Amino acid sequence: MFDFLDLERYDLFGAFWMTVQLTVFSAIGSLVWGTALVAMRVSPVPVMRAFGTAYVNIIRNIPLTVIIIACAQGLYFTLRVDMGSDDQSTAYFRLAVLGLSAYTATFVCEALRSGINTVPMGQAEAARAMGLSFVQVLWLIVLPQAFRSSVAPLTNVLIALTKNTTVAAAISVAEAALLMKEMIENEAQTLVIGLLFASGFVLLTLPTGLVLGWVAKRVAVKR
Amino acid sequence: MSSSVLYDVPGPRARSVNVLLAVLFVLVLGGAAWWVLDTMHDEGQLAADKWKPFVTDGRVWTTFLLPGLWATVKAALLAIVIALPLGAVLGIARMSDHSWVRVPAGAVVEFFRAIPVLILMIFANEAYARFTDVEPDNRPLYAVVTALVLYNASVLAEVVRAGVQALPRGQTDAALAVGMRKSQLMLYVLLPQAVTAMLPAILSQLVVIVKDTALGGAVLGYSELMRSAGLINANYANLIASLTVVAVIYIVLNYLITSFAHWLEARIRRGKRTTGAVLTMEPHEQTEAGQPTLPTVKALEPPHDRPGDRPGDQPNDQGQT
Repeated sequence: MFDFLDLERYDLFGAFWMTVQLTVFSAIGSLVWGTALVAMRVSPVPVMRAFGTAYVNIIRNIPLTVIIIACAQGLYFTLRVDMGSDDQSTAYFRLAVLGLSAYTATFVCEALRSGINTVPMGQAEAARAMGLSFVQVLWLIVLPQAFRSSVAPLTNVLIALTKNTTVAAAISVAEAALLMKEMIENEAQTLVIGLLFASGFVLLTLPTGLVLGWVAKRVAVKR
Repeated sequence: MSSSVLYDVPGPRARSVNVLLAVLFVLVLGGAAWWVLDTMHDEGQLAADKWKPFVTDGRVWTTFLLPGLWATVKAALLAIVIALPLGAVLGIARMSDHSWVRVPAGAVVEFFRAIPVLILMIFANEAYARFTDVEPDNRPLYAVVTALVLYNASVLAEVVRAGVQALPRGQTDAALAVGMRKSQLMLYVLLPQAVTAMLPAILSQLVVIVKDTALGGAVLGYSELMRSAGLINANYANLIASLTVVAVIYIVLNYLITSFAHWLEARIRRGKRTTGAVLTMEPHEQTEAGQPTLPTVKALEPPHDRPGDRPGDQPNDQGQT
């Protein structure tokens, strides 16, 4: 039943490793950029607030596919942004990470914003009463508590990101969905191949959800 | 917590610091914009003949953009119309008293929510090619709709479940007290009320579906809106311009759906004839390829609740939303 699975020809583990890499790098990128966005959205400077709101509302409404393709064809081919790499497949990988981060950051921003809303007003008031500046209030008092109660929504964003990395197949990054397309077109075992890749993703997302769900319960601030 | 609590009303010094920061920020932003425009100019992407077709040449719209938009809308509508009843059945099955119904329904829902839509699309496309005699021309549409239905029915099943569970317990008690069967209770009492509460969440899911149709264009060759950008580029060699126009169309379309959902939500919350329970998908939950969460339940809040107790509509944008 599994004789189609010629690992010499189809690099199954390599493809899922690529999915994991895309997920990890985009998760880091989107966490950093999303935190910056949420800081802008709650900042006292109106221009920054406007930019943060506009960015989130615009990027969130564009299909990820369009963003990724714009990164590859627009940035790479037309504007010749090669992300510091001569090799096209490396450049495409980095551009995919860029696109995924830019898109996922909007959801990270919203998750953190809902986390900030769970921090009681008194926390920030007390911090201000002690004379802390806006940056200090945000960085020392509010964000640490917000992050702790955002673990659950951020987990959902991470799981969605894991699944969204398949969109990189649209620009031929050699990850799981692209390999699946190749295999399912060449081999006869349609159903087995489908189940194989489906279970691969279940294996990636299920432990993430379970572990981070446990972490979320552990770190959440009991109020 | 409203974020204006994060900082005091700015005094003279804070005001000057804020102005300085604003100027710096605008400079950085302007620098980035200038770099993009300059690079585009160097590559000739700002030339008038790249952008003019969208205004002067009606064929761009009639041959590419409008048929593409129609294909997107068609796939999205088909997907939601088929996914809704399927999702309702799955959601109700998940609340069944019989474990032989509840457990398989739960397994189906969890399975289809855990795998990427693209995997489902590729699989459906190949399955239609091998096992059915669907014409090759129609295959991408069938595959896109099938994948979106499977995935979104699972998401909507959770919406239905949350919607029914958000109803006051008294509804069930009263229905059972007047002698209704369980099926009558669900069909005549719980579902009709849950549907109104679910409408905003369903519309939010429609945005996700619209965005996901683009996957069918990129990978299966379904000729939807995003693919028409490629076709325009093939004719006019204006990739950046056509991608920009297509992105703007998506933004406008999704913005309209989201605004309608917000309006509907506000209306339901104000309404006297419902329990005032509303299901919303908070923005961070409506990620493109979805996620295993229950939609947020806003149940049993007084109809005239304060603005600003939801993350989505609090006044921390200070009138900018």
